Amino acid sequence: MADDKTTLDKAPEASQGHIPTVIADELHIVYRVNGAKTGKGSATSALSRILRRGEERGVRKVHAVRGVSFTAYRGEAIGLIGSNGSGKSTLLRAIAGLLPAEKGKVYTDGQPSLLGVNAALMNDLTGERNVILGGLAMGMSREQIKERYEEIVDFSGINEKGDFITLPMRTYSSGMAARLRFSIAAAKDHDVLMIDEALATGDRKFQKRSEARIRELRKEAGTVFLVSHNNKSIRDTCDRVLWLERGELRMDGPTDEVIKEYEKFTGK
Amino acid sequence: MTASPSTPPPDDGLSRAELAAKYGLTVSGARPGLFEYVRQLWGRRHFIIAFSQAKLTAQYSQAKLGQLWQVATPLLNALVYFLIFGLILEADRGFEREVYIPFLVTGVFVFTFTQSSVMAGVRSISGNLGLVRALHFPRASLPVSFSLQQLQQLLFSMIVLFVITIGFGSYPKLSWLLIVPVLVLQFLFNTGLAMIMARLGSKTPDLAQLMPFVMRTWMYASGVMFSIPVMLQDKPAWIADVLQWNPAAIYMDLMRYALIDGYGEKYLPMGQWAWAIAAGWAVLLAAGGFVYFWKAEERYGRG
Repeated sequence: MADDKTTLDKAPEASQGHIPTVIADELHIVYRVNGAKTGKGSATSALSRILRRGEERGVRKVHAVRGVSFTAYRGEAIGLIGSNGSGKSTLLRAIAGLLPAEKGKVYTDGQPSLLGVNAALMNDLTGERNVILGGLAMGMSREQIKERYEEIVDFSGINEKGDFITLPMRTYSSGMAARLRFSIAAAKDHDVLMIDEALATGDRKFQKRSEARIRELRKEAGTVFLVSHNNKSIRDTCDRVLWLERGELRMDGPTDEVIKEYEKFTGK
Repeated sequence: MTASPSTPPPDDGLSRAELAAKYGLTVSGARPGLFEYVRQLWGRRHFIIAFSQAKLTAQYSQAKLGQLWQVATPLLNALVYFLIFGLILEADRGFEREVYIPFLVTGVFVFTFTQSSVMAGVRSISGNLGLVRALHFPRASLPVSFSLQQLQQLLFSMIVLFVITIGFGSYPKLSWLLIVPVLVLQFLFNTGLAMIMARLGSKTPDLAQLMPFVMRTWMYASGVMFSIPVMLQDKPAWIADVLQWNPAAIYMDLMRYALIDGYGEKYLPMGQWAWAIAAGWAVLLAAGGFVYFWKAEERYGRG
């Protein structure tokens, strides 16, 4: 703590930007896929793989993130860009501590969280119960959920066309379901917030509303990571960009510089 | 790979690990200590309960009869077993009919509780990777939640069981209160077993294919539809002892002892000591399973 103080005294105006919140140190992430070994997927080949001695039989490894290092500071909004399958979402999950690292480490201040709750919701339950279930899954208390329930339902606009919140989610149109999911996910405040692309779903009106909500969340959060293929939204929101390609960190710097290089690379 | 341009001057020369230590950053996704883990799990109790109830409701939400199936499914199950073992195979050796039918139905329901907890446990991590990879919560919430779902399922079955037991002349009496400790002990045992299976299943999802056979063998060996001592009376005594001491048989026998009039203490292995065996199995599996599951906490989600 003493160290902190002297740092703050020396550079009072820049102190905000100098407190690291996320440090990735030579991070490697490897996925293991069962039964996807190259070649035929027949029973006999599976059997021969089992009989053949090896380190891990019948398992194919996908090296999704290869030795990525960076330090993120408080108050930064960091964009992650790169072509499909370059490891952006995987990197986010590793930062959140949801995917175990093969090698290297991620250090974080508090618990970073992904904006998204889809996996916890059940289509057979009513919207009402999904709001509660999703809130609990994100770690909110019952009181917090009760407090925000109206807010969530109003924001989603589910009830604009009748009492839909008491119907099972499988009866919703895909747009309605997406709106409810976003509304639940965006109901919680986060320290380190990570947003994966394509969150602003639904009709034009809802897109505007959700973009505004993301801006609000960003203001409250200490550090924000944004994965997107939309260079414009990265330019609008981020002051620093990490460019990933084939799991490697190709470039890390101010938004304009990196995006310029990226656009050159993608031939745009 | 360009070097990070925004490294601030005062922290120059520090390695990343040192920088992390200096600002009190912690390793993301590291496994908490055992007591911290228990605390976190307790903090998520509302989620665990809500998740188990949601799963239970979602099960029959598309059926026309809806939640009525919670009771109808165990009833039909009992009927099938009665048809085959009671009428065709006549496995009721050594029992009156008024004892055998509640005996059989109790066995089926109590064993199903363990069986479905194990099956749900195997898939609790491997079948919910999406959830594990999207949200933070102590992973033990999943196997615990699934056994809790099975417990609630059993409580529905108990309604059927009460009706059948009364129908065959065993009326409610004080010993029915013993159902509560039996259920508590069996729930602890099942949850521990589900946590062990969850860890094994997360590494080897193939277990989900294998377990039905293991469970069926276990079921036939535990005396669900016949009395172990009666069936094995001309075999060496130790075989019957081993089978009767196995946790599934113990919980079944205690439940029958609590419910059925003609199923007295003489049917319990070692009389009232059966309670100690039941408690021993529960504590052993619950504590052992929990620690075993916790040991791999940071590795769930790789797949």
